[in-house]
Amino acid sequence: MTAEPMKPATLVSTILLLVLNGCAGHQQSAVDAAGPQAGRIETLFWFFLAILGAVFIIVMAAAAWTLTKRHRGIEQEPLERTHLPPPQTETRLTRVVTIATIATVVILFVLLVSSIVTGKGMAEFANSKNPMVIEVTGWQWWWQVRYQNSDPQQVLDTANEIHIPVGRPVMIRGTSQDVIHSFWVPNLHGKRDLIPSRITTEWIEADHPGVFRGQCAEFCGLQHAHMSVWVVAEPGDKFQAWFNSQLQPAPAPTDPVLQRGQQVFLNYACVYCHTIRGTTAAGQNGPDLTHFGTRQGLAANTLPNSMGNLGGWIVNPQSVKPGNHMATIAVNPDDLQPLLQYLQSLK
Amino acid sequence: MNPAQGPIFNTEEHAQELTILERVWRHPRGIFGWLSFTTHQAIGMRYIVTAFIFLLAGGIEALLMRTQLAFPNNTFLGPDRYNEIFTTHGTTMMFLFAVPVMEGMAVYLVPLMLGTRNVAFPRLNAFGYWMYLGGCLFLYWGVFTNTAPDIGWFAYPPLSGPEFSPGKRPDFWAQMITFTEVSAMCVAAEIIATIFKMRAPGMSLNRIPMYCWSMLVQSFMVIFAMPAIMIASSMLLSDRTVSTHFVNPAEGGDPLMFQHVFWFFGHPEVYIIFIPALGMVSSIVISSSRRQVFGYTAIVLSLIATGFIGFGLWVHHMFATGLPQIGEAYFTAASMMIAITSGVQIFCWIATLWTGRLRMTAAMYFVFGFIAIFVLGGLTGVVLASVPLDLQVHDTYFVVAHFHYVLIGGALFPLFGAFHHWFPKMTGQMIDEKLGKITFWILFMGFNLTFFPMHILGLKGMPRRVYTYPPDMGWAAASGLATVGAFVIAIGGLLFIANVLWSRKHGKLAGNNPWDADSLEWAAASPPKNYNFAYLPAVTSRYPLWVAPEDQVIVTGLRNDRREVLVTTLMDAEPHHRYVLPPPSIWPFLTAVAVTIGFAGSVFNAWYITWGSILSGICFIGWFWPRRPVELEP
Repeated sequence: MTAEPMKPATLVSTILLLVLNGCAGHQQSAVDAAGPQAGRIETLFWFFLAILGAVFIIVMAAAAWTLTKRHRGIEQEPLERTHLPPPQTETRLTRVVTIATIATVVILFVLLVSSIVTGKGMAEFANSKNPMVIEVTGWQWWWQVRYQNSDPQQVLDTANEIHIPVGRPVMIRGTSQDVIHSFWVPNLHGKRDLIPSRITTEWIEADHPGVFRGQCAEFCGLQHAHMSVWVVAEPGDKFQAWFNSQLQPAPAPTDPVLQRGQQVFLNYACVYCHTIRGTTAAGQNGPDLTHFGTRQGLAANTLPNSMGNLGGWIVNPQSVKPGNHMATIAVNPDDLQPLLQYLQSLK
Repeated sequence: MNPAQGPIFNTEEHAQELTILERVWRHPRGIFGWLSFTTHQAIGMRYIVTAFIFLLAGGIEALLMRTQLAFPNNTFLGPDRYNEIFTTHGTTMMFLFAVPVMEGMAVYLVPLMLGTRNVAFPRLNAFGYWMYLGGCLFLYWGVFTNTAPDIGWFAYPPLSGPEFSPGKRPDFWAQMITFTEVSAMCVAAEIIATIFKMRAPGMSLNRIPMYCWSMLVQSFMVIFAMPAIMIASSMLLSDRTVSTHFVNPAEGGDPLMFQHVFWFFGHPEVYIIFIPALGMVSSIVISSSRRQVFGYTAIVLSLIATGFIGFGLWVHHMFATGLPQIGEAYFTAASMMIAITSGVQIFCWIATLWTGRLRMTAAMYFVFGFIAIFVLGGLTGVVLASVPLDLQVHDTYFVVAHFHYVLIGGALFPLFGAFHHWFPKMTGQMIDEKLGKITFWILFMGFNLTFFPMHILGLKGMPRRVYTYPPDMGWAAASGLATVGAFVIAIGGLLFIANVLWSRKHGKLAGNNPWDADSLEWAAASPPKNYNFAYLPAVTSRYPLWVAPEDQVIVTGLRNDRREVLVTTLMDAEPHHRYVLPPPSIWPFLTAVAVTIGFAGSVFNAWYITWGSILSGICFIGWFWPRRPVELEP
């Protein structure tokens, strides 16, 4: 595990960010790194900001200085008849402009090298021993997640919420089912496009526990705005417990209401798209719902996962997320309550 | 020195010559006559006015978007409408405003600055304008029939492909491209020919006005970049209409290839828009600081270098697609090199201003605004050139902030400066300077209020092209501020229009050269006659109106009873031969109508390509029907 990266300009960052927004919403921020990859980028960013900020101030000062010595008025005599200052002035200017140009080249070279060094450091993750491999597939407009493992018993399917163990490198193998999406959890790393018929990779790691929000960053159609993902970084043992419980099929309900709910689910069109392991529902076109009750959000985290929101979502998905591909199914009012309770019981 | 002064010009013979010139260059009358204009001032003005109307359209779309984004979870626009509007906004601003307005300015100014009577191919020029207008009407036909494109101005497949975008929306986008690219290619060809072959005698390559250099570089970039976008849009269009599967991954096509081809055009496109603006800045700086520009050679070489490097860095739009590291490093280096060439120009202008006698005109206010905004935009561009940083800020509001700083700061502010600078030349009246300066301050403040907060939004994780956002992300304050700023910009825009209308009515008479400027356009009348100069000037220096011999040299021996101009040699502009320009003609307009029928119809039915080709063929026969140069009856 890499040491926590330095933040040389934390003060500046805090001021900059507080100026406009207060301190809300740091769960999705490129300047609040929670892992070595994002940390490297953030350090590089503050380095760039410091240098480029200085350049900006110098250039502005130089431009403003022209204003201090102007001679107003159209009737003013122009510079001699030639419209040229004396040759020694031109020589001096040549010197100044040459120095400025050389300084530009040197500064850019420093920035280029620092950028490449950072990039190389980030690429070293590809040599990680014992990485965890998570396949992320973009769909219009949700994330399919599969924890890969050489042992088929240990392969886990889920959606829209990714749990990772703190301190362990994770390889995100991304692709897309339909159009181009982009997987982006800014607190952990930059973005990587998910492209149909291709596989792209990205390495992330969290260096402390936390819940981080990600969002699709490549325009992907009507509901591009509502395609977010939670990444939950947990200590290893807690992660393992979560993983083991997620591997289990959904338990058969014993409560009569829940049994009724399961029947409702299996009898309606839900099964064409959704899978609940442990039942006959094995649809492949929508998120896996085996442990739906444990998730924080629904409809790719458009709404918090609550009984009321779920009811509204199922009854009229188009009002919550216009254009999304979930079928609107006329659920008999008597069936709705058991269905909701059953889905929420899928822990 | 004004070539229209001196003893020989007061003779009766001279008056007679002028009458003949007037008659030869007179515009044809009537509605058909109006459609037949081929003078560069008329065509240039049509470009500028049309483009300005579409700037307003794009601006209204921007206001609609900002209104939607003012609050989290706003329902002012739904996702469908929002996607249409942001796509139309980007498409309009890039294809229907920014490029055409720069072309229009060039069509108007370049022949004047070179001291000739028209562009090299006046009919092609007229045809180019009508094609551009066809593209405008075509896209907005879609907008008003609920078929506005909704796939972004970049139209990445497979989202824009037939599977995920049924209907005709992307077709309208792709075919609009064809229209505007035909138009851009026409202008590029004639600007290059005009600058290379129709300069005033004595205007050797090292004496070309800076603005003409910038248009020369821009025109070459158009010629190399525009075919790429035509390939991209044609691949998309044929995938959609005749199932060619160029870019359809399901059938072995490659969506990344589309991105490569698109950005091979898309990045140079930015330079195509702002290089002319750099030329405008040079012109304004020279005449307002009243000294010869410092570092002419350095600036010209920087422009040319920008033209070359601009083609080598398209991949920085695609870093997130995951390229091998060595390739990324190359494109990072290339992207950063652009900062050197831009930097050199900024340094040279500042050096010029330091040692000149600066006159703070409204145009100069816009130049200072340009320096402030463009430098900031350039510096955030360096951030985007770095692969690791780009991976974070790519496709976020940080990028939105960056390219508005570069395009509004780098192109729109100089353009507004140019409007104020050349308004007297184009209309014969002065524009109100005080109102112009107030306009500047409103635009400058509104601009920064709108776009500066977007840097922070991007760093705080807000992606682009989202129609709404949740309330608990901490984006609401900055977003709301940006919306306020957008309306401030709108006020500035309205003030500018008011100023133009007021000054057209009440502005003081300008005279030929109100700024005491250096280049040849200021030797022509304000507004210029259709023939620009009674006698074509010859030049002996880089600043012909500043540094000239006591006896102004003029060109004689051209026939005035037909539209004759002088062709000069490429390097030294030595007189080469006389060249007769064709008279006005309705055929360019009719040809544009025929091509429009073919282009627009082919979106709905492939047969229209056949009909359009036949009609265009007929029109071309009419256009090129051989005939003697029209001469006046004695």
